[in-house]
Amino acid sequence: MSLDYVKFSPGFEKFMPKEYRDMVEHGPFGKKVSVSQMGSFKEILEEHPMCAGCAMTLFIRLSMISFPNPEDTITVGTAGCGRLAISQAAIPFVYGNYGDQNGVASGLSRGLRLRFGDKPKDVVVMVGDGGMADIGFSATLHSWFRKEKFTTIMLDNEVYGNTGGQESGMTNRGAVLKMAPLGKKFEKMDMVGMAKIAGCAYVATVVPNNPRRVETVIKKAVLIAREVGPAYIQAYTSCNIEYAIPTDKVMEDAKNVEGDRYQFSEYITDDAKQYLAERYGYKEFLPKPAAAVTKA
Amino acid sequence: MSESLETAVKTNPQGDPITSVAAPKPAAVQKDPHAEAKKQRVVTPEYMFFEAPRTREFITGSEAAKEAVRRSNVDLSIAYPITPQSETMQLIGVLYGEGYVKEYYRGEEEYGVMSAIAGASRAGVRCFTATAGPGTLRGLEPIASWPGHRLPAVAMFTCRVVNAPLAIQPDNIEISYLLNCGMIVFHAENQQDMFDFIMKGFIISEMNDVTLPVGVCCDGFFVTHARGYVHMQEKGIKLPPREAWRGAVPVLDAENPPARLSRDAPVQKSNFMAYNIHAVWQQEVWAAVERSRKYINKLMGGLCTAENVENADAVIVASGSAAAQSREAVRLCAEKNIKVGLIKIRSLRPFPTQELRQLCKNVKLIVIPEFNYVGWLAKDVATAIYGHSKAKIIAGPHVYGGQSMPVELIVDEVESGLTGKKSTNVPLSAIMGTDVDQAAVAHFMQNI
Repeated sequence: MSLDYVKFSPGFEKFMPKEYRDMVEHGPFGKKVSVSQMGSFKEILEEHPMCAGCAMTLFIRLSMISFPNPEDTITVGTAGCGRLAISQAAIPFVYGNYGDQNGVASGLSRGLRLRFGDKPKDVVVMVGDGGMADIGFSATLHSWFRKEKFTTIMLDNEVYGNTGGQESGMTNRGAVLKMAPLGKKFEKMDMVGMAKIAGCAYVATVVPNNPRRVETVIKKAVLIAREVGPAYIQAYTSCNIEYAIPTDKVMEDAKNVEGDRYQFSEYITDDAKQYLAERYGYKEFLPKPAAAVTKA
Repeated sequence: MSESLETAVKTNPQGDPITSVAAPKPAAVQKDPHAEAKKQRVVTPEYMFFEAPRTREFITGSEAAKEAVRRSNVDLSIAYPITPQSETMQLIGVLYGEGYVKEYYRGEEEYGVMSAIAGASRAGVRCFTATAGPGTLRGLEPIASWPGHRLPAVAMFTCRVVNAPLAIQPDNIEISYLLNCGMIVFHAENQQDMFDFIMKGFIISEMNDVTLPVGVCCDGFFVTHARGYVHMQEKGIKLPPREAWRGAVPVLDAENPPARLSRDAPVQKSNFMAYNIHAVWQQEVWAAVERSRKYINKLMGGLCTAENVENADAVIVASGSAAAQSREAVRLCAEKNIKVGLIKIRSLRPFPTQELRQLCKNVKLIVIPEFNYVGWLAKDVATAIYGHSKAKIIAGPHVYGGQSMPVELIVDEVESGLTGKKSTNVPLSAIMGTDVDQAAVAHFMQNI
């Protein structure tokens, strides 16, 4: 959980496994890496037990490349497919109980701030749609209302994938799944709307077939969560098993869904825009003098 | 904006009896509300517990808990106003306002609170929370996972009724749910115990070879709301801070257990290695509970205390408020020339098995009064001394659902246990290991 931590102890270098040496020498720690450089550095998540063609895994990989300071980042998860991959990454992962992730992250981020002061330690929650919108709903909403400063990412495959394909709150109305034998009887939950109402400083929806967009969204979210307020990203990460999407059609499906119910959207509060512009040089959020004054 | 608001409402307007005796005067000069807290100096646990001069105060159990936290260098505390409530967690809010606790908030409910305590303990800071009755059960899933994740913290359980129908009265049935979590569990008899057990709990919890959460239980109302004398050190000293690196395991390190256990492929699949790894980890958690014995002996003076046990015909074994009632029963028995001793159990996990075997070796009768229906303490005592004592064990009297425990009930159990003559035919107790008295049950059923 710090740059020192991922270095070798002096004298032990040659005894470390090759994987480990590769991670220290060619990994992203302490460097600026980008999704456009994929293949030229060792990623913090490589091997994983996920299904072939899993869009969620691609999204998790892209997210981890995009973390601004991977050596100072802790991920928090709960039961679900996602954690099978997230737990394999070379950064700390917290797995507690069912749906507890935003509670754990609240205590964790406050505790880390007490210990490390201004030195940023990024806490990123990554959980599935069921883990967040169903079993973890209360902790999620309350952490947002409390303005807890960490990032929450929903890996939305619109189904309980890990337990074998049951309806979740994020499933679309009418979908026939286990536990919804007659089709789901109510609409997909509007977590994006709730995130805005609850006071998130940054809210975005993305699909994984635009890596550059995923990267900018993750970076903005994590940076905003450091000082401004809670950030929420909702990503469509299809389950090609439960929705029977052929492996070679997964990206095509993501594109279709993007056109249907997952258009890219981004909501940033004025505070967050100002912070990104002033602190991290985001030019697009620099105030436009004349227009801004008349608008205000 | 939220920052400035927060500062303004930090101090509990109700104040508390200790700090709000003098009404605040409209001061011309802005005083630093954290001034006193900043002056606190760190002392060793040995000095704090055994050498520091103490003065006596007449305070409630909730205030005793607050004063313990004030001197314990607590970093973070999370509150929830569960019904039934004690003042404890709002008084910790006063400490936050005064700067004695660095971080504090009101959580959404116990599941969220206990999860956040788990997160904060992983961050390496010293944590405290308190709950009661239904709150304990609501938070039980995270609480039960604290020991496996090796998370030091102190949680206070001010026991109340958890069963339906609704009641808010004292009843310590919830302790039976906590006993098998793998955490260390103390049972405070009075306000003084509450004060001592919390402070000592932090030190024991954070010992390298322990690294476990500590639950400090008391019987709600009797201890939390009532006043008692508490001998306390001055406010100007505090325990050393938590040093997370001293922990037995690096809790956030994905390369090492316990975090490693969720990433290793075998644990994610059902096979022999997965079972074996989990089994070994459970053994280690309970071994850590065992290793805490030496610190409990050193800092708390033993897992149990024995009063008048030598040459006694009968002993009463009790914990919590039942111990207070039993002490009075011992006095009444002495007036009747019945030789009865009292064993007060302070630590329920680890359990004083060897101590009880030694103390109960020659007694004829053991009476175990409890503030719950099921008699969880009696079961533990009977298990501990099985084969080591020929004493008749009476599980009871039992009171529950908010009933108080008249001392005479305990005296009656002792007398009738020794003589066979019972003054009441209401089945308040059971002789363990023998058949239920069907006649007594029938009589009871006919009269309700």
